[in-house]
Amino acid sequence: MADNKGGDGHDAGRRDFLYVATSAMGAVGVGAFAWPLIDQMNPSQDVLALSSIEVDLSAVEEGQSITVSWRGKPVFIRHRTAAEIEAARQVALTDLPDPQGDEERAERPEWLVLVGVCTHLGCVPLGLQGQFKGWFCPCHGSHYDTSGRIRIGPAPTNLEVPGYVFLDDENIKIG
Amino acid sequence: MSGFQTNNAVIKWIEYRLPIFSYVNDHLVDYPTPKNLNYWWNFGSLAGVMLVVQIVTGIVLAMHYQPHADLAFASTEHIMRDVNYGWLMRYMHANGGSMFFLAVYIHIFRGIYYGSYKAPREILWWMGIIIFILMMATAFMGYVLPWGQMSFWAATVITNLFSAVPIAGEAIVSWMWGGFSVDNPTLNRFYSLHYLLPFMIFAVVFIHLWALHHRKSNNPLGIDIKGPQDTLPFHPYYTAKDLYGMGVFGVLFAFFLFFAPNYLGHPDNYIPADPLVTPAHIVPEWYFLPFYAILRAIPDKLLGVVAMFASILILFVLPWLDTSKVRSASFRPVYKLLFWAFLVDCIVLGYIGGQPVEGVFIVIGRLATALYFLFFLALPLIGWFEKPKKLPESIAKAVLKEDGGGGGTPEGAAARAEDRG
Repeated sequence: MADNKGGDGHDAGRRDFLYVATSAMGAVGVGAFAWPLIDQMNPSQDVLALSSIEVDLSAVEEGQSITVSWRGKPVFIRHRTAAEIEAARQVALTDLPDPQGDEERAERPEWLVLVGVCTHLGCVPLGLQGQFKGWFCPCHGSHYDTSGRIRIGPAPTNLEVPGYVFLDDENIKIG
Repeated sequence: MSGFQTNNAVIKWIEYRLPIFSYVNDHLVDYPTPKNLNYWWNFGSLAGVMLVVQIVTGIVLAMHYQPHADLAFASTEHIMRDVNYGWLMRYMHANGGSMFFLAVYIHIFRGIYYGSYKAPREILWWMGIIIFILMMATAFMGYVLPWGQMSFWAATVITNLFSAVPIAGEAIVSWMWGGFSVDNPTLNRFYSLHYLLPFMIFAVVFIHLWALHHRKSNNPLGIDIKGPQDTLPFHPYYTAKDLYGMGVFGVLFAFFLFFAPNYLGHPDNYIPADPLVTPAHIVPEWYFLPFYAILRAIPDKLLGVVAMFASILILFVLPWLDTSKVRSASFRPVYKLLFWAFLVDCIVLGYIGGQPVEGVFIVIGRLATALYFLFFLALPLIGWFEKPKKLPESIAKAVLKEDGGGGGTPEGAAARAEDRG
């Protein structure tokens, strides 16, 4: 009560401090409440727990491909022929929209592992098609070569190579 | 009445086309509120906040929940264990329901004590009862969704209430179930309706507020606002008071949420629903217990159900049962006594509702049920013979007398607030 005697001008600083302190506390509270509401939409623990798979390659002969499902997306595993490896390695990097050597994309040249999702707008490209006999995306006409690199079309980057390791000669772990 | 003024060109442009700024100003800023409201007037806005909390957390839960008899229980556990902050969302929703009911019950009893249901606020009161009934339906159907034992048997018992209807009872119940027992179709439709009803509540809340702001708030003296000297602008006086109340209420909410999240629930609901075995003790959530006690007090199926529904519906005619012209119980010695007896009776009913139907509990339950209805039946008589105390001339005069001319007079506060615009 004693502080009030000076009227509004006198305790303006004190009033401002109270406003700022209240607003700041309110902002912290809203933020603390908002984060759980946002984070609940991120991948849940059971989804994260399923984020790697193991694949047995023993039955995939040269010239064959298999498609496996990883994190809900198709992963192409192609046992490449000598001609395909040759074609992929002879291209000059300067001819590529997204330059990357085939050696960087295939740890073992005969095994090419790709996320089968077109980097344009997410369709699944078709195998052994298009001008480069690699992959061709039917949605908007992107051509990928035998290393899964973009050559012609609207896709901005090469097909993604997922992280993987060879557990032994016949088994790989993706993710 | 809008005193809204601005020099901002953008606000003026919008205001001319959509008067939203003056609307907010008239209803949340300059809105004239009786200057003598006490803390019992906090519970309306608290209930509103709880409704929003329930809708927000409910929408989140709906993103992860599966309304299928085979998946519902597991998806609830998935929310608890796997979803980021899922435990927080579910516990907030489950305990938020209880807090919502707590706020609404206090709000209702405040209305009964201070005669807030009397003319010209009868429709405002009706909207409140409709909200209350919608809340009970929503809470019941929400309780079924986790598909535990208590969920399943609550669904069975409550839907069977309608089998008491003569002739059509069986057909009605089978229509509600979508089958011959509570099963997947029942769960599915309950989920759909549990999502719908809160938005209907939201709509009725708006009508409730429309009526409220048309005739303005009642107040502890129960006398009408006679002029600006009786009121304060809603902001900052009541925004600050409401926020403070929210902080205190939030502490209680947080206590249950973080330290006793299952205290108000029942452990049997962590057993998946089993249509072949009923748990030994079927008890509804605490907020239904008084009505459950009334249902069980009457040893006849149809009459028990009728009494239970009547105990809620009788609130609709309360404005006409109470014949006294005086609103506030502060000036009604007999009514005041009866009010407290009624409150205790409701708590006794709540206690009895949680006890097994045996021995002395039956006797107390029946007595308390009789007293519940007796309260309403006695009202017309009391209004007739009770001699109310003398009412103050105005809110302003009563407030000034109470303050005894201390430092900051309310009139000074009101004047300053108007200066600030």
